[in-house]
Amino acid sequence: MIYREAGQFKTTYASDQAIFPIRQDRIIAAAAILAAFVVPTAFANDYWLQAVLIPLLIYALAALGLNLLTGYAGQLSLGTGGFMAVGAYSAFKLSTAFPWLSIVAVFLLSGVMAALVGVVFGIPSLRIKGFYLAVATLAAQFFLIWLFNKVAWFTNYASSGTITAPTREVLGVTVSGPTAAPGTRYVVALAFVALFALIAKNLVRGRVGRSWMAIRDRDIAAEIIGVRPLRTKLLAFAISSFYCGVAGAEFVFLYLGSAETLAFDINLSFLVLFMVIIGGLGSVLGSFLGAAFIVLVPIFLTNMPHAVGLNLPVAIQKQIELMVFGGLIIFFLIVEPHGLARLWQITKEKLRLWPFPH
Amino acid sequence: MNSVFQMVVLGPLKDIGSNPAFFGEVVIGGILAGMLYSLVALGFVLIFKASGVFNFAQGVMVLFAALTLVGLIERGAAVWVALAITAVVMILLAFGIERIVLRPLVNQPQIILFMATIGLNFFLEGFGEMVWGANVKKLDVGIPDKSFMAAGMQINQLELSAGAIAAALVIVLAVFFQKTRIGRALRAVADDHEAALSIGIPLKTIWVVVWSVAGLVAIVAGIMWGAKSGVQFSLSLIALKALPVLILGGFESVPGAIVGGLIIGVGEKIGEVYWGPLVGGAIENWFAYVLALAFLLIRPQGLFGEKIIERV
Repeated sequence: MIYREAGQFKTTYASDQAIFPIRQDRIIAAAAILAAFVVPTAFANDYWLQAVLIPLLIYALAALGLNLLTGYAGQLSLGTGGFMAVGAYSAFKLSTAFPWLSIVAVFLLSGVMAALVGVVFGIPSLRIKGFYLAVATLAAQFFLIWLFNKVAWFTNYASSGTITAPTREVLGVTVSGPTAAPGTRYVVALAFVALFALIAKNLVRGRVGRSWMAIRDRDIAAEIIGVRPLRTKLLAFAISSFYCGVAGAEFVFLYLGSAETLAFDINLSFLVLFMVIIGGLGSVLGSFLGAAFIVLVPIFLTNMPHAVGLNLPVAIQKQIELMVFGGLIIFFLIVEPHGLARLWQITKEKLRLWPFPH
Repeated sequence: MNSVFQMVVLGPLKDIGSNPAFFGEVVIGGILAGMLYSLVALGFVLIFKASGVFNFAQGVMVLFAALTLVGLIERGAAVWVALAITAVVMILLAFGIERIVLRPLVNQPQIILFMATIGLNFFLEGFGEMVWGANVKKLDVGIPDKSFMAAGMQINQLELSAGAIAAALVIVLAVFFQKTRIGRALRAVADDHEAALSIGIPLKTIWVVVWSVAGLVAIVAGIMWGAKSGVQFSLSLIALKALPVLILGGFESVPGAIVGGLIIGVGEKIGEVYWGPLVGGAIENWFAYVLALAFLLIRPQGLFGEKIIERV
């Protein structure tokens, strides 16, 4: 009922292969993006922007990166936190060493740095697979964090060992540093994530994405039909790490303001992996849904007892939060192992036919 | 170049040669620490072997077992009673996990099951701390924690008993796997799920059994680690310590877990003591992973892992 696509005929291949082949979808998507830019900047208060929306977007970008690697290319990685740290520390070094460099260029260059590091740690993926690879990527995670902790050069010899986002402007508007308005930072993060989501969507529809999926589904068969595993896997690591690197740079510059290596520890890697799996492996939309789930559920759980008038001690509340969070992960996996993106797809299919079952 | 070689290779080797007793001490310390890693790794291997589940919650199971044990002892239960009750709790936990988590997820890809165990990880962490409190507790089940001298080397009694217990546990498990009826069924399931099902081995029972055994191994690991460093949240992180042991030894191999643990334990200690100072120390966190990674490049299935045969 909601979807009336009768009468929309496709006369070209281009229109048949569009990202949103149905006109209603196009309108909804355009409206959603417009709303995402306008509504929060106009109406949301600083708490919502700072504590919910900005981290959501940054996590979504990181999840998108990991999804390209794990969901599309099938290489399980637990090194996301390490690659994000590379992005964050490169951004810090670049922006303090070259203060005239635009912050946008800094973000992109730190993504490139992370990509280079990602390729180095992706090399073992040629020999090892599955959980062995996951554990091998943990080597990247622990080694990188240790490196940033030990070598004072990375923090410009700060005695506290933290990196702090310097104040930088884009087109005359302060976007990073202590004086940047949350609304501005939100718009910058949104612009980045929207652009990169579009790139990712096109990447996975094209030759690159298809070769990734071929490697994921059956690597030997893929090799035989002419997909080169070396190039394909390393490209997946490079692009995925690029996304994670940009997300890491944003994590410090747009969200935290200042951070130490603790912010990028193994828990961050797991958090991003959750988002990818809860959202849906091999789905661009899933990365966003997963990030929203993981960011919103703890906030909801924290505020829930107050809302219904329960006043629990902080420790107990924290423990209940953990239990409910763990329980929800298991519940969602049992209900829909293919993630929230699949649930959304099913809903959409149902809506197309509703109210007629066939 | 020459001086770098001198510093990185010759220097530490000279240190080793100049004080062999200290080197022996380091090696023995490594072996015993390795035994403790092996204990945790064993739990992983048992579950992975029989069900193909990479159980990330093993570390929290260790914490949970230790918390339950300490909680019971604190409430005045005798050590043996507390041990028995903890064992029952872990077996009940195995039943619960099989019924609530594993059964609905049968036939899902491994990564989904892995995710589910991470969910379990959160749940158990919250549950254990809610029931027994989050404070650091001292676990004392009467294992002496003193050092003595032998052949000019200092040896810690606690680590020595950990080694003995781990060795005993491995023998018991080996006999259980090789000689008993359930052990044979377990090996059959590990070999081929469908073939095992078709000759009438009940998969569900087998899963409950392996998770129970892994739970019991977790109790032992919890006691040893708890006695060494107190029962606290960081216990659950030793799972991360067991991972390089696993990739070194192979996910499917019980002897692999033991030998891998020893290699990692010794390598880590030697690396930390002799090469650590060159790069500013604290390399324990990643050294084991890099060691395992280097090894994987030569032998992707680990030391004792099953040979990977690939067909199209």
